[in-house]
Amino acid sequence: MRQTIVRNVGDLPTYGYGPRSGPWWGAMGFMALEGMGFALAIGAYLYLYAVNPNWPIGATPPDLWPGTAEVIVYLLSVIPNEMTNRAAHRQDLARVRTGLIVMSLIGIALLVLRGFEFAHLNTRWDNSAYGSIVWLILGLHTTHLVTDLGDTVVLTVLMFTRHAKPRRFSDVTDNVFYWNFVVLAWLPLYALLDWVPRL
Amino acid sequence: MEGIWRTPSGFFGALMSVDHKVVGRRYIVTAFAFLLLGGILAVLMRVQLAKPESTFLSADKYNQIFTMHGSTMMFLFAVPVMEAFAVYLVPLMVGTRNIAFPRLNAFSYWMFLFGGCFLWMSFALNVGPDVGWFAYVPLSSLQYTPTKRPDVWAQMITFTEVAALAVSVEIVVTVFKQRAPGMTLDRIPLFVWAMLVTSFLVMFAMPSIMVASTSLILDRLVNTRFYDSSSGGHPLLWQHLFWFFGHPEVYIIFIPGTGMVSAILATFARRPVVGYPVVILSLIATGFLSFGLWVHHMFVTGLPQLGAGLFTASSMLIAVPSGLQIFCWLATLWDGRPVYRTPLLFVIGFIVIFVMGGLSGVMVASVPIDTQVHDTYFVVAHFHYVLIGGAVFPLIGAVYYWFPKISGRMLSERLGRWNFWLAFVGFNVAFFPMHILGLIGMPRRVYTYTADMDWAHLNLLSSGGALIFALSFALLLVNVIQSLRSGTLAGDNPWDASTLEWATSSPPPPQNFDRIPVVKHRDPLWFDTESMPVVGGLSVERREVLLTSLAEAEPQVREASPEPSIWPLLTAIATTVFFIGSIFTPWAVLWGTPPMAVALIGWFWPAGHKEDEE
Repeated sequence: MRQTIVRNVGDLPTYGYGPRSGPWWGAMGFMALEGMGFALAIGAYLYLYAVNPNWPIGATPPDLWPGTAEVIVYLLSVIPNEMTNRAAHRQDLARVRTGLIVMSLIGIALLVLRGFEFAHLNTRWDNSAYGSIVWLILGLHTTHLVTDLGDTVVLTVLMFTRHAKPRRFSDVTDNVFYWNFVVLAWLPLYALLDWVPRL
Repeated sequence: MEGIWRTPSGFFGALMSVDHKVVGRRYIVTAFAFLLLGGILAVLMRVQLAKPESTFLSADKYNQIFTMHGSTMMFLFAVPVMEAFAVYLVPLMVGTRNIAFPRLNAFSYWMFLFGGCFLWMSFALNVGPDVGWFAYVPLSSLQYTPTKRPDVWAQMITFTEVAALAVSVEIVVTVFKQRAPGMTLDRIPLFVWAMLVTSFLVMFAMPSIMVASTSLILDRLVNTRFYDSSSGGHPLLWQHLFWFFGHPEVYIIFIPGTGMVSAILATFARRPVVGYPVVILSLIATGFLSFGLWVHHMFVTGLPQLGAGLFTASSMLIAVPSGLQIFCWLATLWDGRPVYRTPLLFVIGFIVIFVMGGLSGVMVASVPIDTQVHDTYFVVAHFHYVLIGGAVFPLIGAVYYWFPKISGRMLSERLGRWNFWLAFVGFNVAFFPMHILGLIGMPRRVYTYTADMDWAHLNLLSSGGALIFALSFALLLVNVIQSLRSGTLAGDNPWDASTLEWATSSPPPPQNFDRIPVVKHRDPLWFDTESMPVVGGLSVERREVLLTSLAEAEPQVREASPEPSIWPLLTAIATTVFFIGSIFTPWAVLWGTPPMAVALIGWFWPAGHKEDEE
């Protein structure tokens, strides 16, 4: 069939930020399905909570300090995260590098705190169904923390190489976006793991 | 242009392919290979049940075989084959050059292939799962099944779910962001709408089975207590998690079938489907409602009556959007000038069989009837009517319809008619008697029965029907092979269809379209008959796709599209080692992760291609 060019897109940019870029929507999709995974794990917790007369089963509630410390660090991490985001939008390479290093360090600090949290759960995974679901949920969120940290570290290294081209700033903003999800996911999980057993 | 988008040559090049058509074709062929394997198991079961007290299969073999049949058909055939068609067709239908995240797409295929091979190799080694396709605890717990069989089942789930979730995200992003300019939301082809809704269903349903299968493996491997009632666990938790996935799963299989029906009907009725918005809203309504039905699989577990009543109501409610779609299709046929070619025959077969399956569905939605026929052959009849009627008939119609696009050659119409009639008659002879068998009390999953039960005649009839049905698939295979060798050349648009996949050559070139079309009508090829409006200005030096806005499909960005890469395959191999290792030892999490991390870094690290450097 004959073709008629009715439109020229040659002057469009070759990368975009946020909803204009493909990877942003990809991150959105994965957040949706991972969020569903968290929701179902919470559902399983509440189901076991509902069918058992005693909760927590054969254990004391987790010690509060590690989870609470994490909440504080997570919430504070939003500030450097957003600063990295703005620097990436401005394509300010120096600040993006600093921001990514800070975010990597925060991720490592949170991982250490997470280790304490596991140690202070006051139950083992094989003690009871309570222990099992608590370890599963914490493990699930830790997986998110570790993968995001891995991603951040690789991106940090990348931004120090010759590959730190303008379109990589868009990748940085997607990484920032995903971190917010890791933070947001933690808040209900904290309430569930640390406070529901105290009800 | 072709040079830029081509898959590298040679064996190694083939392993690197990220072309959605190459991956889609592999996906389709692999899914059909699993259909063949699952079908052979079905025939074996029917041979065993053809007469009372048959010794053709042992009880243990039979348990493995029905589990393998169900698992293969659901996880390795039905869901993947629908996604496979989407992987091939959606980018063509929305007018773009490749699927979103093509490397993830390649990874998804390898995961599906390895997961399927893992299951079947285990079966060959007599470690095939034998706990039913829904692996209920406590039967599947370590205490009652101390072998590795349930672990194989559970980990196969993980493989296929990873694959399906990846494809779903790709489809959503392709449909949201890569539609040709002008393809506004109300101009998206119905098949694409169906796959969009299906993808969302996958994204929200499949995490449930992953939570379930993971926790089952943990119970069996490291003594967690999720399903151990002596330590606060609960067997019904398994059923809730399984069916929260399992019921939407039915619609994950059925909704793509409806999309195929809509595409085929419009072409062969020679008019657009009546009630385009009604069909879309029905699809979306079905998607939402499908999450509110799962408990109807659990009516005999002693749930509170109020809950059972609610789920009866919602189970009946979902018949409404399905019914609306059927009325739209009938109206399309009625108002059109139908051309009765093979694809349309399969669509009509679908309507007849699916309506019958829907009716027995409304029956089992009612608690008293369900209590009576639960775990009998009535249920087996019902879900085969729904799944084969609702998905396999449209699928075979779709094979006849899109084969010319994929291969460039037409399938034989004469063999096609034989194929249809053998399938239609064979299917009904095989499965209709099962309704009666169920009503007179024959339970599912029994490897044999005694002569005094009076089930022999109907079982023999059913087995005869199954052989005829199997023959219809053999005929399809013959047709495909003959056509690939010497079929009539198809040309770009052999059916005079209206959607964009028919605007390019058959088979399409690596870049799909030399120039991206501009869409001004819901049926672009029926509207623009003289000349096709297209976009200029995309790069001819590097792989580039056009991103457009979500609702109006206004061009926004010329985004780079990834080059071929071996890393998705290496990542899939590393993941396979991790997954298989972790059913034997929890330490696999430690030693299995670094190779995966390395492979992923290799995947994402810029290789200095043009696409990476702008």
